[in-house]
Amino acid sequence: MRIWLEKQRHLIDFTLASLARRKTKNIGLLVAYTLLVFVLASLTLFTNALRTEATFVLAGSPEVIVQRMVAGRHDLIPPGYLDKIGRIRGVQKMEGRLWGYYYDPVLNANYTFMARPAEEVASGTIMVGAALARERGLDAHNTISFRSYSGKLFTFEVASVLSPDSELLSADLILLSEEDFRSFFEYPAGHFTDIALSVANPQEVRNIAAKLSSALPDSRPILREEVLRTYQSVFDWREGIVLTVLAGAILAFAILAWEKASGLSAEEKREIGILKAIGWETGDVLRMKLWEGLLISLTAFLLGFIGAYVHVFHFGAAVFEPVLKGWAVLYPRFTLLPAIDGLQVATLFFFTVFPYTAAVLVPIWRAAITDPDAVMR
Amino acid sequence: MLFQPAIIALLLAAGIAVLMLAVAAPFAIQVIRRWDIGSGSELQLALERRTYLFSTLLSFVFVVQLAALLLFVFNADRLSAMFVGAMCAVGTLNVNGYGFPSLITQIALFFLAAMWLAINHVDTRAPDYPLVRLKYGLLLLLLPVLVLSFWLELQYFLGLKANVITSCCGSLFSGDAKTIASEASGMAPQPAIFLFYGTLTAAIVSALWHWRSGGRASGTLLAGASAAGFIAAIIGVLSFISLYIYEHPHHHCPFCILKPEYDYQGYWLYVPLFAATAAGLGAGALQAFARVPSLATVVPRVSARLAGLSAAGYILFTALATWFVLTSNLILIEH
Repeated sequence: MRIWLEKQRHLIDFTLASLARRKTKNIGLLVAYTLLVFVLASLTLFTNALRTEATFVLAGSPEVIVQRMVAGRHDLIPPGYLDKIGRIRGVQKMEGRLWGYYYDPVLNANYTFMARPAEEVASGTIMVGAALARERGLDAHNTISFRSYSGKLFTFEVASVLSPDSELLSADLILLSEEDFRSFFEYPAGHFTDIALSVANPQEVRNIAAKLSSALPDSRPILREEVLRTYQSVFDWREGIVLTVLAGAILAFAILAWEKASGLSAEEKREIGILKAIGWETGDVLRMKLWEGLLISLTAFLLGFIGAYVHVFHFGAAVFEPVLKGWAVLYPRFTLLPAIDGLQVATLFFFTVFPYTAAVLVPIWRAAITDPDAVMR
Repeated sequence: MLFQPAIIALLLAAGIAVLMLAVAAPFAIQVIRRWDIGSGSELQLALERRTYLFSTLLSFVFVVQLAALLLFVFNADRLSAMFVGAMCAVGTLNVNGYGFPSLITQIALFFLAAMWLAINHVDTRAPDYPLVRLKYGLLLLLLPVLVLSFWLELQYFLGLKANVITSCCGSLFSGDAKTIASEASGMAPQPAIFLFYGTLTAAIVSALWHWRSGGRASGTLLAGASAAGFIAAIIGVLSFISLYIYEHPHHHCPFCILKPEYDYQGYWLYVPLFAATAAGLGAGALQAFARVPSLATVVPRVSARLAGLSAAGYILFTALATWFVLTSNLILIEH
């Protein structure tokens, strides 16, 4: 074992020295390799961070939301509907929610208005999301007027701006009292937008949804886990699409690696010839060349990955943002939580090191079988 | 199909592996028909040179297979969030009928590849390549397995429909169902513990014996003990180790222990177990060639080293399993 390790150590020593002798050629390859890892790693780190963010955001949302459907369209919850649901075992809390959208011609953007209990928001005052406050130049104790859909003008005082920590959810949000909400939208008394149910046991959620749809055939229960799953597959799909687009780049890189590995200079050929003349076997040359590939791969992988980490978590993944994040007039500002996932790293390794190694195997062998007399003649 | 990066990577790896082996197949036939180490003909020289390429190529393919098996299970576990009813890799593998066949074929391929790599290793050590025909013959036998594995994997991934309601590990690994898995899970803990420690001790002892003294008998014994040890280890995981890890008297799943909730303890168990079994089987596979004159010194040396590795793997596995059981708060057997 000791001898074997010693042998590998000397092989690595020799390989490093031989790599250093041909700096320009190897640096060119290293740069291309690092760039490929960088692009792919940025992509996976960024989608993974978005996925984590979505999970965090949804963790606080109600387990089940019930909407009422009329002719296949979302409709208001009429009075007495909540009583019809009655008590379902396992449901901790059931509340009617009031919310709606408001189009603001000033920003050309839609706001979300949501009613909160009077203890949280007093009548005549509102709480606004950070992105909205930024765009409209609002601060606490400012007043703002909105023209309602009925044409009347309503003036509210801003009680506070919502914390930027929740910006991903509250970018376009305006919280107001139930009374203000009903008069602003002229919402019919006793009606609600939808119903939120909290369920303590996650394994009960499906049963409760089944009970709901049998008790109220015109209702549509929306489960949190389903929303989460949809987000996961949307991000997976987007990542997959970008990867497929980048498949051309991986292929191009594999061709480059093949070219670089097979285009041996006369000097390299002579080197291998001399090595074989002084007693190296074909297997040894192969091993040296494999070490060379491994060293280049690992260096490029490490550099590319660190670069991608900095790019995504310190510079907000400027390169991929438009494709993966989506857009909106009132787009929330949020910082991504740094997270590295083992599966992502393993997948990335398969996408970069594997094609590289597959591409250089044949050229390496060609180099290794060179006859000493043929090159030294 | 789910358009997911890890799936694309796995299919890419399996596809390239099949392609490489398919390219190697005509060469293998040529070697089997025309190889003659005593000849100095141009063809023989070319064949000798090409064996370098193909043995490197195949080592690469098989090493990638080993990594792909890990990624396959890891990914199946992760995908369980996407399917209704799935709580771990079992649910994901159960989404269609190709999941478990694919996993089992890959595990079989893992062990076959390990044996092939062991034979290849000793063959390249001998100056006259005594096993070259056999090696490439075996390769031709492995090719259909690899193709089958790729086909099953492809069918499995193509059939992953997100709207399928799958079953969770609780229903598959319960004592009531009529499957081999449930028979093993339904085994009472006490006989299972005896079986587990008995068989693993036998495997460790035979590995240590072969490591110290060599010999064909102990090597063949080691291969048998490794196979038995692997089965006993899986039965042990199903019937009592997993219960202690989950601290739950009825949860038998061998996949949930791979989850982050249980600190990835499953990888700590399975990686040494698979390595030890592969090494043990590899050592056993070499015994058939101990009588070949040019391998007389090579085979004992390599197989002793493999036996050492196998012993270390089994000892590590058993120690870890024992530690997980001892530190658990579950009381399964009352004294």
